[in-house]
Amino acid sequence: MAVEVRIPTILRTYTGGEKAVSGQGSTLAELFDDVEGRHPGLRARIVDEKDSTAALRRFVNVYVNDEDVRFSGGLSSPVADGDVVVVLPAVAGGAL
Amino acid sequence: MLRIRQDLVDGMVAHARADHPDEACGIVAGPEGSDTPVRLVPMINADRSPTFFRFDPAEQLEISKQMWAADEEIVVVYHSHTATEAYPSRTDVSYAAEPQAHYVLVSTAESGREPGPVSVRSFRILDGVVTEEDIEVLPAPDPQGETD
Repeated sequence: MAVEVRIPTILRTYTGGEKAVSGQGSTLAELFDDVEGRHPGLRARIVDEKDSTAALRRFVNVYVNDEDVRFSGGLSSPVADGDVVVVLPAVAGGAL
Repeated sequence: MLRIRQDLVDGMVAHARADHPDEACGIVAGPEGSDTPVRLVPMINADRSPTFFRFDPAEQLEISKQMWAADEEIVVVYHSHTATEAYPSRTDVSYAAEPQAHYVLVSTAESGREPGPVSVRSFRILDGVVTEEDIEVLPAPDPQGETD
């Protein structure tokens, strides 16, 4: 078992076109580190690292088993075997 | 070139009019890789603003799961401008993250909620570069075959 990570179209260049990849870890941060080993470059598109602190990028929504982690712990959110992590680009815009 | 059925265009325009003066937003889904818009999905503008729109993250997840299960993808991302022209703003460009999508802008600036002229234009937005494209409107399906 592992954690399934669903990849949005715009990031599939990092996964050889795969719609989903699998990874290991006990938190989202560990999971993205693990996935980065096989899909270099992916992590930086999801995680913003500044002044040695890491956070989810503003333009990305990440859900663990349907829960938007921005409101529930961000990168420190726990994950476990069998979980499904969905990464979606935030869709927004406006007239200004 | 965006090839899209008349009824889907009408649906986007009707949604834009209904939400005027706030911006309306949504998608048209279609089979993955087909570049064919099939299913209109009007969405909530989580910001309910005349100058900004944002998909509601929970609704977006729900729709994304439906599309995943049906091997669909976003073919069109649409939204309205309610006081300005149907052209992507800097904000639109900075957020554009669906490389396969046609970005359709509907401007209700001229006639608002009332019947009257609306402007509908389509764009590709890739790596910050906006390219307008033609829209070819296809006939709506035969109403006899529709259940609604």
